[in-house]
Amino acid sequence: EGEHGPYQPHEPGYGLDQPGYSPYEDEIPDPEARMLAIKNAKAYLLKTSTKSGLNLYDHFATILTKILDEQPTNTVDIIETISQDVKWAQFRKKMDTLRDEHVIPPTFEAAEKCKALFVKEGEEEDREELDEEMPALPNVMETAFYFEQAGIGLSKDESYYVFLALKNLINVQPIQTCRFWGKILGLEMNYIIAEVQLREGEEEEEPGEEGEETVLEGEKEMGEGEEEDEQKEKEPEPPKSTYKPPPEIPKEANGTGTNKYIYFVCNEPGKPWVKLPPVTPAQIVCARQIKKFFTGRLDAPVVSFPPFPGNEANYLRAQIARISAGTHVSPTGFYQFPEDEDEEEGADIYEENPEFEPPPVAEMVESLATWAHHVKGILKQGRCVWINPAQKSEENEEEDVEEEEEEEDEQQEETGQPLLTLISEDEGMKDTPAWTAQASTNLIPEYSIAILQSNRWPGAYAFASGRKFENIYFGWGHKYNPESHTPALPPAAETEFPIEPGITETVDPTVEEEMAFKAAQEEALAEAEEEEEEEGEDD
Amino acid sequence: MEALSLPAALALVAGGGAGLSPELRAALGASLPLVQRDYRFERVWFWGCIQGVRGAYYIAEGLGPDRAAPRSRLYSLNCLDWSLLTPATEEMLALAEQVKGRFQGDPSFEYSLAEINAEAAARMAQSGKEPVIKEEARLIATIEQIDRAVGIVPRGAFVKTPLGSVHENRHFEGLPLVEAKKLSSYFHFTEPSNLKNKTLLEKADLDPSTDFLDSLEHDIPKGSWSIQLEKGGTVVVLRSLLWLGLTFYHVPMTKQFGYVYFGTGEKNLDLPFML
Repeated sequence: EGEHGPYQPHEPGYGLDQPGYSPYEDEIPDPEARMLAIKNAKAYLLKTSTKSGLNLYDHFATILTKILDEQPTNTVDIIETISQDVKWAQFRKKMDTLRDEHVIPPTFEAAEKCKALFVKEGEEEDREELDEEMPALPNVMETAFYFEQAGIGLSKDESYYVFLALKNLINVQPIQTCRFWGKILGLEMNYIIAEVQLREGEEEEEPGEEGEETVLEGEKEMGEGEEEDEQKEKEPEPPKSTYKPPPEIPKEANGTGTNKYIYFVCNEPGKPWVKLPPVTPAQIVCARQIKKFFTGRLDAPVVSFPPFPGNEANYLRAQIARISAGTHVSPTGFYQFPEDEDEEEGADIYEENPEFEPPPVAEMVESLATWAHHVKGILKQGRCVWINPAQKSEENEEEDVEEEEEEEDEQQEETGQPLLTLISEDEGMKDTPAWTAQASTNLIPEYSIAILQSNRWPGAYAFASGRKFENIYFGWGHKYNPESHTPALPPAAETEFPIEPGITETVDPTVEEEMAFKAAQEEALAEAEEEEEEEGEDD
Repeated sequence: MEALSLPAALALVAGGGAGLSPELRAALGASLPLVQRDYRFERVWFWGCIQGVRGAYYIAEGLGPDRAAPRSRLYSLNCLDWSLLTPATEEMLALAEQVKGRFQGDPSFEYSLAEINAEAAARMAQSGKEPVIKEEARLIATIEQIDRAVGIVPRGAFVKTPLGSVHENRHFEGLPLVEAKKLSSYFHFTEPSNLKNKTLLEKADLDPSTDFLDSLEHDIPKGSWSIQLEKGGTVVVLRSLLWLGLTFYHVPMTKQFGYVYFGTGEKNLDLPFML
């Protein structure tokens, strides 16, 4: 009696308080009545909702099945979310008559490409050729292990893919030496870069560029000739611009200076390798003035001021050249100049020193004098070896103002630091030294290695352990600037034409000046008349 | 990133070339659980590493029951001994923004304020304190700035209860691949500032339990995030271009996500020129 009876039809036991239906009335409860109540309840639960077409019975059944299958913890707290999710799942299946297109996720394509890397070309002929001249495939995994001791590097999987991709590169291209240079990050895709030296005689020059230049110049000449003829007939010519662009500094020959190595890039291991074009000094000079993110597509334009002469492939190549020149170091004494040649300032060749004794790791970390650059620095001109641009201008076809230019622009010969300079001579910026040296571990000094990090090019690292050393770059490809990057200002407007008396404006004479001039003229006339009269009188 | 899933997570963010040496990983595996025990945190996140000129700072964050509450931050120089950092104050943030240049690597290093901001130095001198800012304060302020500006989580990973506290969504199954490529699926895990500016139409679509944070869509400048699918689409990696070094990873259709910072701790003020 103290209990409230079930009031709602769906509550269990509804109807059981009616006479004849209470569970206590009969010793053996009437199964039929009970069954009827259960059927009523179930029928109510099975009622389909007018809005969504679902019914509560199925919904509960699905929820309970899901819960019993998954058995999450604290189910009672998340029961509402589970119910919601079940409804959402139901909704999609029943109401949509459109089916989603079976989208093949890009995962599988990439997995295919990676799998292709693992295929070994096992023809016997190839094996014999390889045995004769083994190009040096670098042991990328070993390098990765050493760099990992410093916390630098890609994951083991990715390193291995890079390893296999380099092996493919060697099989395809005629390569003499090869090295994993590093990875440059981009906005949409990244670049994996390999530094390579091709076998002698295998380099192709690009004749297309030269042919195009001559065609353009020929057209220009014709155009100018026609204009000149027309104008000479009509009027004196308008003043011509005396602007002559500065002579183009020639790029360095393949195999020397900034173009000593050839670089191949790919976006991901498994994708085909693309060769980067050689770098020109103009590109390096411009790259020093701009700071742009790489997008990941080699043909993307580089929109900047000063306008970059080239697209992203050229910009990438220029940055690679700058990074190599600034941060490729080796233990001092590992390389030496060959003894036969005299030490010229432009010495470009070095060879390994067979008598190199690696200093202990502690010394390599403490003193920066134990490391030396083995790549020549780039001068302001954009080359490693200075060239006098005035000599080149003799070959230009416009010969008018050339002689004057030689006198005016006598550029100072630039000299950079000679090869194999110690890095202790690198200047720091404000409070930061140019390099930071650390040992990989202080706990186990007998197996630690020396790690160098560059502060000028964040992302450039070098390690040395005994006779082994290596350089690598992981980063965005930009130099560190303690102050913010200031873009170049547009140059002053050029004077359009030379200053000549016929062109410049002179101030009009004032009224007083005119009167004075008039008076002076009248006096002169009067004097002249008097003289004539006198002469007339004489006669 | 979660301290417990550190090894797997580090493998996923290694695309940028930055990571931890095996020694440090082992040290973290040993010391972070102890930190959790000592400070009674519910979760410990390994925040990342700020590279100084002479040394590096390793940072960890501890979270309490309300994940959106201000987090406690700890730093260590060797991943073994952790020291608690005081919470950041607005004054610290303002001062630290003036300091430029790399971190030195020594927590007691003092930047002379006189060079940086003469007014602040004068004010401090008047109130009797030395006109210097310690590197520790700069560190605190930098971490706070980075978390506020670029600390992100996927949509749906956290739910807000009606009482206001924020919990992990145990029912979060991961973003589908299509959603994972969009910037609007990621939120800043900090106090929202733009929610009220949305139009009524947009607000109608929002679910107040999961959409209570700012999304990345309206970040200024536009394009300050780089989204990439790595490993053939198995991992979505977001890299911030404003704070170079902040990497966020998420494996679509799984619960794995996290962010970590490996960098020099300097804001990239040249970003507008670089895009």
